[in-house]
Amino acid sequence: MNALVVAALLLVLLTVSYQVGWSRSRKLASGKGDRLHSRPIYHGVLAALFALLPAILLLSLWALFSDYVSSGFILAQLPLETAQLTEVQVQAAVNRVHALANGFGVVGTPSPEEMGAARAYESFQLVTSLVVVAAAAALGAAGLFLAQRRIGLRLRARTEVELAIRIALILCSTVAILTTIGIVLSLLADAFRFFTFIAPQNFFFGTVWNPRFQSTGSGSAGEYGLLPLLWGTVMISIIAMLVAVPIGLMSAIYLSQYADKRVRSVVKPVIEVLAGIPTIVYGFFALVSVGPFLAAAGDVIGLDIRATSALTAGIVMGIMIIPFISSLSDDIIAQVPRAMRDGSLGLGATKSETIRKVLLPAALPGVVGAILLAVSRAIGETMIVVLAAGNSPVLRFNPAEPTSTVTVSIVNQLTGDAAFTSPQTLVAFALGLTLFVMTLLLNIMALYIVRKFREQYE
Amino acid sequence: MTDALLSTNDTSKARRERVRKSLGRRHRSETIFRWAGILSIVAALGFVAILFGMILSKGLPSFWQSTLHVEAYFDPELIEGGPQPQPQDSASPAEYQQAMAQWQRNVTLSNWNAIVERAVRTSAPDADIETRDLLELVTTAARFQLRDMYFANPDVLGQTLPVSILASANTDNWLKGTINRELADARQQLSAETRQLADRFVAEGIITFDFAWHIFTNVDSRSAPATAGLAGAFMGSLYMMIVVIVLAVPIGVASAIYLEEFAPKNRWTDLIEININNLAAVPSIVFGLLGAAVFINYLGLPRSAPLVGGLVLTLMTLPTIIIATRSSLRAVPPSLRQAALGLGASKNQTVFHHVLPLTFPGILTATIIGVAQALGETAPLLLIGMSAFIANIPATPLDSATALPVQIYLWQGNENRNFFEARTSAAIIVLLGLMLLLNAIAIFLRTRLERRA
Repeated sequence: MNALVVAALLLVLLTVSYQVGWSRSRKLASGKGDRLHSRPIYHGVLAALFALLPAILLLSLWALFSDYVSSGFILAQLPLETAQLTEVQVQAAVNRVHALANGFGVVGTPSPEEMGAARAYESFQLVTSLVVVAAAAALGAAGLFLAQRRIGLRLRARTEVELAIRIALILCSTVAILTTIGIVLSLLADAFRFFTFIAPQNFFFGTVWNPRFQSTGSGSAGEYGLLPLLWGTVMISIIAMLVAVPIGLMSAIYLSQYADKRVRSVVKPVIEVLAGIPTIVYGFFALVSVGPFLAAAGDVIGLDIRATSALTAGIVMGIMIIPFISSLSDDIIAQVPRAMRDGSLGLGATKSETIRKVLLPAALPGVVGAILLAVSRAIGETMIVVLAAGNSPVLRFNPAEPTSTVTVSIVNQLTGDAAFTSPQTLVAFALGLTLFVMTLLLNIMALYIVRKFREQYE
Repeated sequence: MTDALLSTNDTSKARRERVRKSLGRRHRSETIFRWAGILSIVAALGFVAILFGMILSKGLPSFWQSTLHVEAYFDPELIEGGPQPQPQDSASPAEYQQAMAQWQRNVTLSNWNAIVERAVRTSAPDADIETRDLLELVTTAARFQLRDMYFANPDVLGQTLPVSILASANTDNWLKGTINRELADARQQLSAETRQLADRFVAEGIITFDFAWHIFTNVDSRSAPATAGLAGAFMGSLYMMIVVIVLAVPIGVASAIYLEEFAPKNRWTDLIEININNLAAVPSIVFGLLGAAVFINYLGLPRSAPLVGGLVLTLMTLPTIIIATRSSLRAVPPSLRQAALGLGASKNQTVFHHVLPLTFPGILTATIIGVAQALGETAPLLLIGMSAFIANIPATPLDSATALPVQIYLWQGNENRNFFEARTSAAIIVLLGLMLLLNAIAIFLRTRLERRA
């Protein structure tokens, strides 16, 4: 079906129906002394909705189901031996005919049956698309006819159009829900398929990560122990927090309590620049500057620090998270009532005592929430660890050694061209599910804490 | 009583002493605390400075690349294929096209390397250097450059023209010192003769460092790394951003309007709200998994296509846009709504005619924040196959393409580290420059719109 033809048809339908609704209602209004309930523009829009919606619905239904229909037709054309083939082979046979009919080349010379099926399929395609377009046009015309018959002085066109707009708004706001459902379903489905290859206990409690690729010919599926990856993730996140929390929190405190307005208005945006830098840039920074620097520094003090290690990735990830912590804590500290601060200062406490003994304890739940959000971000961070963690999925406890994380393994397992049938690929979804659940729990906890804290002082 | 007074006096003196002693300690800890704050700010600012300093110092030199300015002689004896076929009345268009294709094939098969070699040799007639070493000096794409000059204008046959040929990546490394010049011969990429000739050319002004426009106009290249550019990745990113703007902005603004203006406060809208907040914090790589499972595996959309990338990034930026639009809707004073409703406007008219126009600056900012975030995102794109090597500029959003951040990822992994470290930094400068431009546009438009409002 030619998309341009369809688009042109819809456009014509839109213009004609809008024009019909608009001019008919106008004529009604100008004829006698009566007044229309709704302005002509609403009648036009309503007519266009009546004409377009059924047509669009039909076309999109066809777009969804045409694949099933056409592969069913091709199967019916092909000789019966295909019935004994596996699902994949049948699909391949259908694809060959499809490619032949659309004028693409296929591997090898096509058999006469295939050529016959392709010719039949070609005419079938033409006929069905003509039928569908004609049906859509007819539906549009029928809708338009119905709409223009309904036009009258008392027709509440505006109310109906507004209802349509309301429904459109609701549909848009369900996209976010659908995304979540899509994430959960796709992760669950493929993770379950993975668990048909590998037992869940071997995945969640295994200590060896060695997903042999099938091309190496060892025959076995490999070992998929989650623990080394999980430990790498946790270790890097801890290092990142050790860097980000003190620096982020202290700079938020200094900027909100000590610094004068001018300093604050310059320094705050500059720190926030760090938040806008793409993570791939941080990864490159870690790989090219921080890693070699740490290795050289380790040489000087006699420590063996590898250039790509948990330490490198963790420190750079910490730098990335600083603005996140500092702006969140800034908001939270600002929400602590001024009276508490003034009371403490009035009793003779110094500024730092007020901050440490009054402000921070009061803001603690909020700060903890902010840190949890930051942890969830560190766990899900990908590019920094892909470039700088060294990709060595072995259970090690020394942060100066290379390591690997859940996200790195997802990237490694899914960037090949492998089909979605082997455990090597499907494990990415089991890892993704683990990651999603971990971050979800952290987020819910953090959002709950922050919300409770807000309510406390509002 | 006097006793008591005396004793208090006594203790108050002692206490005053104690307080005075502790005061020093307390002030010291105050100073330490204050310095801790200053130090962490200095550290944070230092990180910004080091990061940008590193990127700029590594990347900026890459924009000026060593280029040879030589005279190329289009030797009729070397260029095969004879004269370009002309359309004739006696021949059909199909025959003409066939003759043209044959001619182009013959011209391509000519020994263009010999022409390149002669062009370089005429600039240094006395150099004693083997052909292989000499050709190492210039990029392997030089022969295509000369061939394309000939295709564009066959009249140059037999003429000598000045041409600018890029030096090879290895030559560029040597001349810029990105490879250690003290290394032994065996560990150098270029032979001693080639290095000597390169140095001589720089001294004679035959090699100059010209601005590398091709970084913006060429596509990625593996065989001739010196000519690798960002045009393909740029178009891929552009398509994705168009998809994001076309889909994410209307959907995001519509759901923000519904949630903020129309939705009743009940369990369902609470669920949507929590869900959006959570979605904003879901790791980006999970969106990549969603894209791979749903868009590619289930719906059968093509791998590596900017359309799919755009869809994934749309879902990812949607929460950002919704949250920001909602907060700007919340900032519109309720009196405005009450006035419109009081004058008889319907709820829809109130929102679309009176509230929404006021939030345009806010929506614009939200859009640009979202687009900038999507522009720099890499991880989900790796999972939907956009990390493949593509040597074409994508013509439609359904063609295979890569994106700017993915190009950075690909270049940082290139084997020719010495050359591509600088080239990667240059790509980062381009990406950060684009983001800066986006933000500058946002600030400019916002101040303009706000002044008018």
